[in-house]
Amino acid sequence: MYRSHVLVCGGTGCTSSGSAKVIETLEAEIVKNGLSEEVKVIRTGCFGLCAVGPIMIVYPEGCFYSQVKAEDVPEIVTEHLLKGRPVKHLLYKETVEEDDKIKSLNHTDFYRKQRRVALRNCGVIDPENIEEYIAYNGYEALAKCLTEYTPAQVIDVIKASGLRGRGGAGFPTGMKWAFAAQNQADQKYVCCNADEGDPGAFMDRSVLEGDPHCVLEAMAIAGYAIGASQGYIYVRAEYPIAVGRLEVAIKQAREYGLLGKNILGSGFDFDVEIRLGAGAFVCGEETALMTSIEGKRGEPRPRPPFPAVKGLFGKPTILNNVETYANIAQIILNGPEWFSSMGTEKSKGTKVFALGGKINNTGLVEVPMGTTLREIIEEIGGGIPGGKKFKAAQTGGPSGGCIPAEHLDVPIDYDNLIAIGSMMGSGGLIVMDEDNCMVDIAKFFLEFTVDESCGKCTPCRVGIKRLYEMLDKITRGQGTMEDIDKMEELCYYIKENALCGLGQTAPNPVLSTLRYFRDEYIAHVKDKTCPAHVCKHLLSFSIEADKCKGCTACARKCPVGAISGAVKTAHTIDQTKCIKCGACIETCKFGAIIKK
Amino acid sequence: MKSLEELKALKAKMQKEIGIRDDDKANIKIIVGMGTCGIAAGARPVVIAFTEEIAKHGLTDVAVEQMGCKGDCANEPIVDVYFGNEKKATYIKMTPDRAVRVVNEHIVGGAVVTEFVGDDK
Repeated sequence: MYRSHVLVCGGTGCTSSGSAKVIETLEAEIVKNGLSEEVKVIRTGCFGLCAVGPIMIVYPEGCFYSQVKAEDVPEIVTEHLLKGRPVKHLLYKETVEEDDKIKSLNHTDFYRKQRRVALRNCGVIDPENIEEYIAYNGYEALAKCLTEYTPAQVIDVIKASGLRGRGGAGFPTGMKWAFAAQNQADQKYVCCNADEGDPGAFMDRSVLEGDPHCVLEAMAIAGYAIGASQGYIYVRAEYPIAVGRLEVAIKQAREYGLLGKNILGSGFDFDVEIRLGAGAFVCGEETALMTSIEGKRGEPRPRPPFPAVKGLFGKPTILNNVETYANIAQIILNGPEWFSSMGTEKSKGTKVFALGGKINNTGLVEVPMGTTLREIIEEIGGGIPGGKKFKAAQTGGPSGGCIPAEHLDVPIDYDNLIAIGSMMGSGGLIVMDEDNCMVDIAKFFLEFTVDESCGKCTPCRVGIKRLYEMLDKITRGQGTMEDIDKMEELCYYIKENALCGLGQTAPNPVLSTLRYFRDEYIAHVKDKTCPAHVCKHLLSFSIEADKCKGCTACARKCPVGAISGAVKTAHTIDQTKCIKCGACIETCKFGAIIKK
Repeated sequence: MKSLEELKALKAKMQKEIGIRDDDKANIKIIVGMGTCGIAAGARPVVIAFTEEIAKHGLTDVAVEQMGCKGDCANEPIVDVYFGNEKKATYIKMTPDRAVRVVNEHIVGGAVVTEFVGDDK
């Protein structure tokens, strides 16, 4: 029996900021102080507040240490663990109140408004220990289904909950399962889409890293519901920590008889295997994903037939996203009414968002559907750094769109986001401020989709490339007003004719920025300026003679020798040589260099 | 694991171990003085005795925490017991055996073990 548990985040975010070294030092210090019988160290999954990682929580006090360095560890061990004095200067500053009292993490701004369902165990349990998952009601939902429900009843519960697919499109999960259950076949399959490809989204990775068993349990429940005995998890090879923990989880579940033959003596067989993806964005599309599992080149195919009829290896198949599965066991245990009491009329439950970009608290947040963007950005996210002005939030990654300030108070759910020209996508949420150029953002996402287009259908392969070229032309100041009109027309053409979701949604970043930030496009075309001072070809740097002291700092810094001038006299920039790198602005102490 | 009963038994066993991580749930707090003086006077075996005895009873709303020196070094190991925000007792010169009695008679039984209570309360 341990008197204290120390939880250290071992998610990808904290691992890259050095948590492995922290854990190593912690374990060594605990041994050195003779505490190994009293204090247990647990490597968990992501806590969500990645911005201040590596993160450490000490129980029973619940003290939340942030940005812990290996050098800080001896102090924490000798002061807190040995003598019971929390090291206040290392605690997350918001948890230390003015009267020096320490408040619980759940009462900080970042966590207070959150409702954790899919992420409930992330940062709470040791993902490599199945017994800890079981302690938090793990595998109880599967046991309940096998002993109390018929497969049809399981599907009814999921239907009644109103759960919709968390991968982006928002298709009702219960209906998907019902279709696959109706089709008779000698073999059916349950697949999990862990091919998280949207730039900036990492909730699926965090669930797999922090709570892999919840996905396995839900897949087994799905297998029971539709009559499948085999599951596949398609996860990208770029997620080594997630893959490693999944492998451990599958092995443990088999050892405990929770995967394999005759689960819990019910006569139901189910097993799961992992398939690694090489990171192609298109393999997140369901038909391409299944083609890839079959060992073929990952390309989409037309639907129908839908996977529920003819999916993996030509057999009825269901494919759900990691986050969708993460909700299943909770719905079974707490009942569909509990789940549908959260959210909006048509979007039930919670949604995880990966907050990134120009925001103070980057990380993972889970909020009830219907929460407004303003609450997420200003309250949970802690606002925009440096007092800059909010310009737009990008949701849905390369398939989504930009939401301007005027829609900050729209309750977020599947249907509202589509109505304002974006989409839920997998839940990436990138915040942009006044320093972001919206034409450049559209170009960034198009560059990504051009790169990731599989090339099977012409609208996507050629159309998106042409869109990208027109955007590039505009950012170089060579665009015409006609280009803008042509671009818009091409967008609709691609949306209507592309084969799969990747192509159909690829024009969204262009359409949404045209809808809300058309004036920026016009400024690029007509005035040949970039209002946010981002597009290099439209920028010019110059030195204001009356402010320049002639210190020569900028001239020495300039990598191309474009700045000239004698000491103590005003310098000038040769526009033909300048590559617009901005190094001179950062160097100048007198604010004499201006960017236009 | 071959049955639902086995799953439930394992869950019950594990819940005792991880109950420590639910800091919002703990209503009763046992706070042990773990300053240099407390440790020197034998506070560590006392903490362990408390932790184990609480686990033995399967109590999930009790947390065993530590505190620094409160100036009464001669009476260490000192243990404060709180129910909610209300201090119920300060026990002095604690030993593992006394800890077991405090759990049984005070935490479970609800009666302060007056013979161990110090002068200050």
